[in-house]
Amino acid sequence: MTLATRRPRILTTDPIALARLYLFLGLAAVIVGTLLSLIIRIHRTWPAFAFPLAGVPTPEQYLAVVTMHGTLMVFFVLTVVPQFAFPNLVLPQQLGASGMAFPRVNATAFWIFLASLLVLLSAFFVPLGAPISGWTSYPPFSAIAATGPGQGAGMDLWLAAITLFCLAAIAASINFLVTIVLRRGPGMTWSRLPLTAWSWLASSALTVIAFSALLAAAVMLLADRHFGTSFFIPPGEVINGIARPGGSGSPMLWLQLFWFFGHPEVYISILPGMGLTSLLLANFTRRPVPAPRFMIAATLLIGVLGLGVWGHHIFVSGMNPYAGTAFGLTTMAIAIPSSAEVLMWLLMLFRGRIQLRTPALFTLGFLSFFISGGLTGPILAQPALDAYLHNTFFVVAHFHLVMAMAGVFSIFAGIYYWYPLLTGRLMNEALGHLHFWLSLVGAYGVFFPMHFAGLAGEPRHYAQLAGPIESFASLIPVERGITFAAFMLIAAQFIFLFNIFHSARRRASAPENPWRAATLEWSPILHPTTWGSPTAYGPEFTASGDFVPQWQPRAEIPASPVSSSGDSGVS
Amino acid sequence: MPATFTRHQVEVEHRDTGYGGKPPVDRRPTGGGGGDDNWDSHSSRRGPRELLIRYRLAVLSALAGDFVFFAVLVSAFFVRPTSGHIDASASFISDWHPLAIPPILWINTAILLLSTVTIEIARRQLFHEIDVMEEWLGLGRPAVRRAAPWLLATILLGGLFLAGQWIAWQQLASQGLFFSTNPNSHFFYLVTGAHGVHLFLGIFALIFAFVAMFQFKRVELRQIALDCTTWYWHAMSVFWLFLFTLLVCFQ
Repeated sequence: MTLATRRPRILTTDPIALARLYLFLGLAAVIVGTLLSLIIRIHRTWPAFAFPLAGVPTPEQYLAVVTMHGTLMVFFVLTVVPQFAFPNLVLPQQLGASGMAFPRVNATAFWIFLASLLVLLSAFFVPLGAPISGWTSYPPFSAIAATGPGQGAGMDLWLAAITLFCLAAIAASINFLVTIVLRRGPGMTWSRLPLTAWSWLASSALTVIAFSALLAAAVMLLADRHFGTSFFIPPGEVINGIARPGGSGSPMLWLQLFWFFGHPEVYISILPGMGLTSLLLANFTRRPVPAPRFMIAATLLIGVLGLGVWGHHIFVSGMNPYAGTAFGLTTMAIAIPSSAEVLMWLLMLFRGRIQLRTPALFTLGFLSFFISGGLTGPILAQPALDAYLHNTFFVVAHFHLVMAMAGVFSIFAGIYYWYPLLTGRLMNEALGHLHFWLSLVGAYGVFFPMHFAGLAGEPRHYAQLAGPIESFASLIPVERGITFAAFMLIAAQFIFLFNIFHSARRRASAPENPWRAATLEWSPILHPTTWGSPTAYGPEFTASGDFVPQWQPRAEIPASPVSSSGDSGVS
Repeated sequence: MPATFTRHQVEVEHRDTGYGGKPPVDRRPTGGGGGDDNWDSHSSRRGPRELLIRYRLAVLSALAGDFVFFAVLVSAFFVRPTSGHIDASASFISDWHPLAIPPILWINTAILLLSTVTIEIARRQLFHEIDVMEEWLGLGRPAVRRAAPWLLATILLGGLFLAGQWIAWQQLASQGLFFSTNPNSHFFYLVTGAHGVHLFLGIFALIFAFVAMFQFKRVELRQIALDCTTWYWHAMSVFWLFLFTLLVCFQ
């Protein structure tokens, strides 16, 4: 251990310190992403509004904002926090492992993520600004610099940032994979592994596969942009009135490759939240997960099937209709394990008398968003329906509810829940409840009306709704309502930020195992920063039916009910 | 003794008891941990074999990702034959001009396969029980002495392969076929270039392993360095076989 004490603190390999750094990274990204969403909302509602220092956004600037909003949120918030921050915080402890398998690889990955974020943000500051081709960067838009402002240097920086992100993600996920498979502690059999660890296993495997595909596609796009190839540039292309010879590729190839990455990406993003939901519902209803092996199988099945559904993002791209049918079927198939998990959660809630502490509230919020957003999935999975709904706000509503809001609520739940591990304090309950209700109402206020706007045909990516030819001016009142709800949603987050930083300085420390959890990260052996290796035991219950924690040796099970305060009790 | 070695067939008569020295019959009712799932078949969690297995799993996962990487590049190949353009008289002109493979690629393939053999021999030398034992007893480093020449041979062959690839590129360039010339050349250069970059990194890994043979004090770390490099090298050879077959047979 002498080498560790000689290393400067900033180059730490301690996973908890890294988790803290990852959370700050995610916070920075979400602040910028939210500001960008504010610009989107304000411009859509009041198109003539001149932003200070920037003036009225041109359509290209609007698209740049949309592109960067999507990129920042999907990659740096919804992937980094659930899949990289939280495992660093609790994975080794949950496994009873004495450490990560490759601590220096783990630490290096964080710094590459940070570099990636800085490179991405620098795209705002180059001449002509950030790229405008969307977070999906479809060619020929993204392959030819002449197609718009920001498609030159801005797009190159975007590609560089994504390449770095891929490398970091693959490296960190390999570390998690090997840790889960080969560094579990004494007694931690596969069947005793908490569902969060299973979800990180599935997500890590998906990350290695999906991000490698994105890396290859990015290399090919780079070759198209700078080495004169045309993997994605079609023949007969005319940009700004100038014909471009030499095209011999197909933008369809990028679509297929990108979405082969893009769909597993959303599962990478949501599977940790699903695992956390199982964990927290069990904790706060004081009940085990019914049929845990079934839940494990469902998690793994979602991961595997998630590799086969990418076509549902591109039904209208001109693919063979039979291929569309095939993808529609696989998408309906993946709805089965997802619904199974949801039904299990609902079963846990039924007569569960859940203790409504803040993490439990956010878990219920996750459930709500996952269900309401998930129910529009099967609608979009029908090629016939998607033909109308593609590229409308119906899709925007769907993914914001099921991925963004559910994902973000699972992040909130995780932060409220594991906060004592980070700071030794509890977050303020009253502020937490306020944050929850305002966020829930605000989020539904923002995204639910978008379903109706989409059904009315409102397209995505339009900078202006009321124009000289086509007009969706009748939807502007809806947009206004959405914008006010967005203001409320964003305002509620200040409560959360205040709560985080204020609670850390409280004098009162949290009690040991404040949520009376059963998983090993709460084991007293591991407090505050000592590395013990508790032995894990299988599930067991006291006479009153409450959990025995996983680290408690079975001989010490008390015959009488475990005492607690404020427990609703299981009779 | 902190090293992994491969037992000969004749020695594996008893059940592998690992480092814990378990009794032949486990009389504890629940196995001691409350359950099932013989998690403790690796009863020592810090042994050299465990460390080796961890590194091997990491390399395997990375190679799985790399396989997907190459699969995506190859997917461009399968889209290629449809590439073409409409000319002034509205007829479809195919842009698919099959490339004549420079014959030196056959030689390169043979060299790469040979290097796979040499590196595998090198790897096995390091796991040979008698030699490892001799080192532990202080009788020099016979395992390293046996492995080093094969490792050097592999580095040499790898370098020859890369040189041969470079010559192939030069030959194509002299015919006027560059990266940007036609769809077929896009693919050829991309695929051989990506593979070449991987092999270049592989040669660095080989050199690292070679230096490690002499610099690393712990036997197990030397074993891991060479073992992981070897698996990477084998994978690169297999990938090359696929890519080469594609280039030769399926244009």
